Order: sequence, then structure tokens, then C-alpha cells
Amino acid sequence: MPIQLTIDGKPVSIEDGASLMLAAQQAGVDTPVICYHEATTPNGLCRQCVVEVEGWRVLAPACITSAAEGMVVHTASERVTRARRTILEMLNASMDLSEAPAIQQQMDEYKADRKRFPGAHRRSQPLLDDNPFYVRDYDKCLMCWRCVQACGDDLQFTYALSTGGRGYESHIATFFDAPMTETTCVFCGNCVAVCPTNALVSKTEIFMSRGLDYDAIRREKRKQRRAEKKEFSDD
Amino acid sequence: MAAETEDLSPHLPSYLEEDLLPAEHSDAPFEQYLAAVSPRGRTMLLPALLEAQRRYNYISSDTATQIGRSLNVPLADVTGVIEFYSMLTTEPTARSVIRVCVSPVCTMFGSHDVAKSLVHALGTTLGEPTADGEYFVEEVQCLGLCERAPAVLVGERPIGQTTPDVIAELIKRPPDPPSGLIRTGTRLLTSRLGKISPTNLDDYQNSEGLLGLKEALALSPIEVIEKIRSSGLMGRGGAAFPTGIKWESAAKASGESKYIICNADESEPGTFKDRTLMEEDPFSILEGLLIAGYAVGATIGYFYIRGEYPRAQQIVGEAIDTLRKTGLLGKGILGRDFNFDIEVRSGGGAYICGEETALFESIEGKRGFPRIKPPFPTTSGLFGMPTVINNVETFANVPLILRIGPEEYRKFGTDKSPGPRLFCISGDVFMPGLFEITEPLTLKDLIFKHAGGAKMGRKIQAVLLGGAAGKFVPPDQLDVRLTFEDTRAAGLSLGSGVVMVFDETRDLRQVLLDLGHFFAHESCGKCYPCQLGTQRQLEVLERLATGTLIPGDRERLNDVGWTMTDASLCGLGQTAALAVLSAIEHWPQMFE
Ligand SMILES: Cc1cc2nc3c(=O)[nH]c(=O)nc-3n(C[C@H](O)[C@H](O)[C@H](O)COP(=O)(O)O)c2cc1C
Ligand code: SF4
Ligand code: SF4
Ligand code: FES
Repeated sequence: MPIQLTIDGKPVSIEDGASLMLAAQQAGVDTPVICYHEATTPNGLCRQCVVEVEGWRVLAPACITSAAEGMVVHTASERVTRARRTILEMLNASMDLSEAPAIQQQMDEYKADRKRFPGAHRRSQPLLDDNPFYVRDYDKCLMCWRCVQACGDDLQFTYALSTGGRGYESHIATFFDAPMTETTCVFCGNCVAVCPTNALVSKTEIFMSRGLDYDAIRREKRKQRRAEKKEFSDD
Repeated sequence: MAAETEDLSPHLPSYLEEDLLPAEHSDAPFEQYLAAVSPRGRTMLLPALLEAQRRYNYISSDTATQIGRSLNVPLADVTGVIEFYSMLTTEPTARSVIRVCVSPVCTMFGSHDVAKSLVHALGTTLGEPTADGEYFVEEVQCLGLCERAPAVLVGERPIGQTTPDVIAELIKRPPDPPSGLIRTGTRLLTSRLGKISPTNLDDYQNSEGLLGLKEALALSPIEVIEKIRSSGLMGRGGAAFPTGIKWESAAKASGESKYIICNADESEPGTFKDRTLMEEDPFSILEGLLIAGYAVGATIGYFYIRGEYPRAQQIVGEAIDTLRKTGLLGKGILGRDFNFDIEVRSGGGAYICGEETALFESIEGKRGFPRIKPPFPTTSGLFGMPTVINNVETFANVPLILRIGPEEYRKFGTDKSPGPRLFCISGDVFMPGLFEITEPLTLKDLIFKHAGGAKMGRKIQAVLLGGAAGKFVPPDQLDVRLTFEDTRAAGLSLGSGVVMVFDETRDLRQVLLDLGHFFAHESCGKCYPCQLGTQRQLEVLERLATGTLIPGDRERLNDVGWTMTDASLCGLGQTAALAVLSAIEHWPQMFE
């Protein structure tokens, strides 16, 4: 049985249990998202998708809130735009989003001040290049958890990654910071595929962007693998 | 992440089969300990890590591997869990860990100087073990000893009202812990406090103990729930949810097993009521859990006590043992077809684990991330099963209601806020301590008539009502009555009953900074508004406290604060800016 609700003044009819994000789509309204991805279970982390539901004390994350009969929803109220703009501004003060085009676009759309928080402590993290397949540049990581989910229950069931730390110092962790080659990682590349910011980037992609052809890339990777093997046998 | 809970098989021990529970603090080799707990799987992760930390003063990667393998937990997740809890470390601490409280009240009574003097005397620095590996000093968030500020916890021994001159001597031979400062007129919930030997069951029974349980077992479970419902009891953990409705919904839900959980994670700065109840009258709380188990149809209870309350853990554990020995826990309780047992769980240093769904995750052996609601605990709580989770004080009300009856109970408090209620007063008053209030009373009367008002004829500058998650009340607005309805109408909240008083000599900017540190330290990091907002808020509050505000800082606090309030996933983020926003409202000039 479909249910009826109102989004930005427009009547919408949708299947019971559908998310407010889907309902908004039907009303022709695009919802900005950061953590949401079709391949992973939505966790409601980023709150960039929040909308205002009349009568609710707090804003509702559209990606995980079910539409309900008679809801009156506003997707562009002052509270909504303040939250979305501030989240973007706080993010931009925390990490390197230069290679996240979707977020750059959102910052333009919401008129986010890219220098809103002068003197903010950035969550700087070192670049980790510890395997032949991908590079982990966590300075670009915005903790969407997608890689952890893709590695775990949502796709690969390999459990090489976890969230670590707490609060602002949250980060993506391996067991006692082990290099990927010493974890359960099977180098399926699922994490790389879901990463929105180029924090995880495939080496082939890096080499190609440097103009190497396929054979050259294979040679380059073989060289790295041999170097690593040697390193292990030296241990 | 939350979705996977359904698949978890909890491997609960058949406690009812006698002594299957491994002795937590046994000194058997660690391998033996692990072998004993391993059949239970991941739910034993935090207990095993705490046990390793206790034995070795840190968790090495070898120990972590051993634990992960034997409990069948992916190793990356073991690291994730270790890094979540502040009491777990991967670097050696020391035989004796000394925790100095730096929450607002202890800070204003000089705890930073206590810490400084201590590390100086020990020839070390904060967060560094002494050369002999004996002591490790760290500054921590509220220890729940606010009525005796400044407070220090030496290993498992609390020290209150200490000073920089004596602390170095005291840690060598900590004095006997003083009993709670209970200051109250009519005593209902506090009637036994300080008057009985807390773990003596005869004392308890001689002071009307167990009458509530006996009354309950003479009724049907539905009738018990009806009594709780008609008493109007509302949860004392902060959210003021009607207890009867919660129980009814869990009783009706279907599930292979059902759980009762006592939330004793009490970590809200300024709160110490639950600790006092646990340390001085544990049986009354346990009696409440038993009645809940009977009413809801649960056979297993968990008593989750914050890691910084070792004394409460020990006393509650002893009381549970006594109940087991006398057949009041186990099979066929009081000759009825009613089986129930309770397991104590220790927190690991994470305020967020007091949030009910984060607490479930913690018991399940995961990082303490709050879950998305719905589903609600009463239908899908611990291990995905119907669960009743209540606060310590809420459970303590239950035997009282059954013993005196809902009508009598409703004579206390007001129609909309029935029953007695505990308040924790700390800061600049003549008599800080625990107060039981049985009649409607204004905040002003509580502070002036009961707690003796400010010291040395000083004026009160501000009151923080509801704890760190509460709001400031200026001195001209103290006439609000301390009921749910009156505080709500005034835009305030009683929270967990915290009343922190600041006199005219205090610098509120320092208080705000302490609060900012608290939230930045305790945000779990799951959702962006709070993960990022608590840090951005702290940065501005640092400028506020050092007199280095830059143009636009007030607007920054407003935008960050409202974004956290409006868009955060759980109650922590939703309240992390309330004190700051209320300060902006009352004292805008402070932020110029
Ligand atoms: C960040 C946070 C911390 C909390 N800490 C506690 C706590 O330490 N003790 C407690 O009883 N409730 C705490 N709560 C409230 C619980 O989520 C829950 O509402 C309560 O345990 C329900 O019990 P009650 O109905 O008896 O109040 C906390 C909530 C939040 C959001
Ligand atoms: S590495 Fe990429 S996918 Fe993983 S949490 Fe960070 S941004 Fe998300
Ligand atoms: S509001 Fe804070 S504590 Fe709650 S889920 Fe979000 S980050 Fe975690
Ligand atoms: S997209 Fe909804 S919370 Fe991230």
C-alpha cells in the first residue's frame, strides 16, 4: 500500500517503508549525500542528507528515515541548509578534499566558506604505500566507513579493516597498524572502488595517470613485489 | 553495522547450571582464563581485554592476537575495540594507574595542580610511567566523586578532597573511602544508605528489603507491569521515558530470549547518585532487576558498571553472589517457576557506552557506537532480542513501588513527576552531596535551603542544571520547580539530576572549556556533526578561555552548536552544545 506525504509542498505517493531520499527524488528533489553508497549498508554517518520533518525535534537523515503517512517534509529550510553548509565547512577544515569532486560541488551549492575555521587542527595522516595494488592516503579520508563495510559484511567478508580511534581522532585501522600485506586483505579492490575521495587509489590508476602503458605498469608492479618479498625475507 | 546483530549467537553460559562463570579476577594463567571464556565468543571481548590490561598493564599485539583468535573476532576489530576504550592501552602503563579528574568541578577545586604536584613528586610526566613501572598518572573526565572534589582514583581506591601538598603521600596509602554525603529529609530511596552493611542480606531484609519482590511474585507479570505503569515512574537516566510502557512493550515483543540491563555507566559530569546507591544499597537495585525480569519474562540480566567504579563493581558483585547463594538468583526463585541470573559487566572508559544502544554494542564486543533507532531496544536490543534497559535509580524505585503501592508512591513528587528523585549537588555550595527530594521544590530552595547556599557569603553566578549535557541557569531564574513539567516549560532538563553551582569568583570561560574538552574526548566519532563539531567547538572555546577570540567566533559556535543539536545521531551530539548555546544566550558579552 502506498502512503502519501508532502515534500517541499508537493504531494508524493510512495511504497510504505521507502526512504525519504527516494520520496524526495519522486518530488524532483536531489538529496546531497556523502557516506551513502548503493553497495554498502547505510549507517547514517554524514548527516548531509538531513531534512526537516514538521513536528520532529531534530532533523531526519533522509537516507535512513522511512517515509510515513502524512509527513510534511522540508528539504531546504534554514535549519537544513545551515547543517549542510556547516558540515561541509567543518569537513573541509579537517582533511584534503581536493580530489572529491562531488563534495566540491556541494560546497559551491551550499556556499560553504572554505576557510570558515581558521587555525583548525587538521586530522593529518601519513600516506601509506605498503602493497603493490593500492595506496592509502588517509589525509583524504573522511570516514565514510565504506571501505570497512566493503571489506567486511557488505561485500568481501575479509575483515582486514576497522574503524579505529575515537571522536575527532577516528581513523581507518588495521591490526596494530600492520601493512596491508600482513593483514587478511585479498586485494580484491572493493574498498578502492567505493572510496569517494581518492584516499584509496589503485596503483594502476596512478601509473596510467603518469602516462605509463600497460606493459610498463606490469613491469613496475613486478619490481615492487620483488622488493617487498626481499624485505620480508630480510626480516 | 547494526544489521549484523541478528546473526550473532550470544553463547550465553548456562549460569543457571552452577558456577560456570569464570572467575573474572582469578589468577589462573591467562590461557586458562581465555579457554574458559572462549565458548561465549565475541561478547567476552571487552572483559578479556580488560583482564589482559589488568594483568599486564597493557595489551601487546601477541596478547591481542591470542584474544582475537580464541574469541573468533577479526584482528582488525580487536584493534578497533582497544582504541575505542580509554582504559585499554597498547603501551605499558604501570602497576598503579592514578586518574586525576579534570571535569569542571574538580578543575575549579584545583585538580590540575594536584596532578602537577603528583607527577613532580613522582619524577614523571602525565601519561608516562615512572621509571620503576610503579605509577602512571593521567588526567581523566569526571570520576563521579564530585561531592568530594578534587578527586583522584588510585588503582581501585578513590581519594576525595585532596590537595597538592598531601597527594604524593596519600597515593602510597590511600585512606578508607569515605561514605557518600547523603543529605536529605524524607528518605525513601536513600532510607538504608549509611545505615546498613551494604552487602549484608539480613540487614537488607530487616529494613523492608525483598518485600517488593515477594509482592511481585504474588502477582501475575501483567499485574506487576500495571503497578509500575500506574505509579507513573519515569526513567531517571536522563530521557524520562515512562518505565511501565517500556516494560509492557518488551513483555509483548517476541524473542528467543529477553534481557534486563541495568545502566550503571554513570559518566555524566556531576553525577554520582548511581554510584552512591550501588555502594550503599546494592540489593535494592538488584531487587528491581529481579522484578523486571519476572514482569517481562527475561531470564538474564546484565549490570553494566563504568570502569572507573571498581568499588561499586565489587560491592554489586558481592551482593549478586549472596543472592545466588541464598537462591534468590538462579532457578526456581522463592519456590516459583522463575529463573533469573545477573552478570556484572565493566565499562572500559567511554561515556558514550551509557547511551543504551552503544551499551548493547559494548556488551556484544564491539566499538561503542550508538545504533540507528528504530528498531527500539524493547523489540530489538541486546543481541537483537527484546531488552529492557533502565537506570540504576529507576530500578531502585521498583521495589519501593511494589512495597508501598502505586497510590502511596504517587503521594511523593507531583502528579506529572511522581515519586522521589535524587539530585547530585556539587560545586560552590556549603553542603555538596546527594539529596533525595520527595516534594516539589524550586532549584533555589534546593541550593539555599538544603545545600546551604554559596560559601562565605558569596553570590551565585550560575548553575549548570542537568550536567555537561544540560544548560546554564542564571541566578535570577532559579525559581523553576524541579519537576519534569516545570523544567520542560522553562526549556531546561533535569537530565540525571545534576546541579553544579558556580559562585561569583569562578571564570565561566574555564568551565566552558572543561565542557568542551569533555565532549571532544567522549564523542564516539560515528556521525559527522558531533565527530567534527565537538572538535571545532573546543577550538573556539580554547580561544574564549585564553582571551584570543577572533571575529566571527560567536557565529561559529552558533552554527557548530545548532548543527550538532539538530543533525547528530545520538543524544551526546544533540546535547554537546547546549551549555555553550545557553551561555551565549545569557551572557552574550562574554563572547565578544
Ligand atoms: C551519551 C549518553 C550517555 C548516557 N549515559 C547514561 C548513563 O550513564 N546511565 C543511564 O542510566 N542512562 C544514560 N543514558 C540514557 C540511556 O540511553 C537510556 O535512556 C537510559 O538508560 C534508560 O533508562 P531509564 O529509562 O531508566 O532512564 C545516556 C544517554 C546518552 C545519549
Ligand atoms: S578510506 Fe575512503 S572509503 Fe575508507 S573511510 Fe576513508 S574516505 Fe571512506
Ligand atoms: S552524536 Fe556523537 S556520540 Fe552520538 S553517534 Fe554521533 S559522533 Fe557518536
Ligand atoms: S547520506 Fe545520509 S547520513 Fe550520510
